[in-house]
Amino acid sequence: MNLDCKHVWEHISEYLDGTVDAKLREDIELHLEHCEICSAILDSTRNILILTADDRTFELPVGYSKRLHERLKEEIEKSKQEPRVGEPE
Amino acid sequence: METNEAGLIARILAGEKELFHELIRPFERMVYLTLISVLKNETEAEDAAQETVISAYRHLAAFRGDAKFSTWLTSIAINEGRKRLRKAKGAAEESIEEQEEGHEGDFTPAPLTDWREIPLEALERKELREALRSAVAELPDIYRQVFILRDLDALNIEETAQALGINPGAVKVRLHRARMMLQKRLVPFLKTTAPPRRVFFGRAL
Repeated sequence: MNLDCKHVWEHISEYLDGTVDAKLREDIELHLEHCEICSAILDSTRNILILTADDRTFELPVGYSKRLHERLKEEIEKSKQEPRVGEPE
Repeated sequence: METNEAGLIARILAGEKELFHELIRPFERMVYLTLISVLKNETEAEDAAQETVISAYRHLAAFRGDAKFSTWLTSIAINEGRKRLRKAKGAAEESIEEQEEGHEGDFTPAPLTDWREIPLEALERKELREALRSAVAELPDIYRQVFILRDLDALNIEETAQALGINPGAVKVRLHRARMMLQKRLVPFLKTTAPPRRVFFGRAL
């Protein structure tokens, strides 16, 4: 089946996640072979996802981990007065 | 669940409490990003991340091994974030959790022809990261939350649905829209930063 561009766009996200069924995947790939526009849209979207997953894009505040573990340490110390962790309060 | 994770949890519950530091370490980033997706404020998100971790520590015995620890932790983070939102916005805004995606809006991607060939070096651009950060921050709440859980925290569709208390179909729709909105937002930026490239086949679009 020949898909039109709009149909391909509707499935870009699922296509990238690998959750489209085999037939649709085949149709999309056939379309991509001949459509520079859709190929570029697909590639740009994929690259946005790569960039999103890159740790340098979304950074944690400086000292976040240290402060978190300090707070946790206090809590653990406090809980040592109790017999076990995780009991209902 | 990872065997190591299960083992750690068992030991913590049996009294080796310090091991909780080790258990939580791989998820610190995820907890913070989840909270920034809800609260959109760094200080608030950090504070809420600490509360989330403390709460997970206190209630560890309630964790059932049939869910993944990461999903359980994300649910605690989402609840903590929403609790703070409600508090900040007052009772008037009780609909935070009931927001739904409408059918209006344009979620089609933007066509581009000049980025395709230069993917990796473009990704090294600092401005591009900044543009992406702002674009994500400006997504409507329901789309941003799904996008961050799925594409930053790497939860799967089911886990994202579980953490947000919505159905998997809604996760898919929101994720698709979020990604298309980001693509559209970033295309003009990509066009201006991409090196000039010849137009092939005389195609203008």
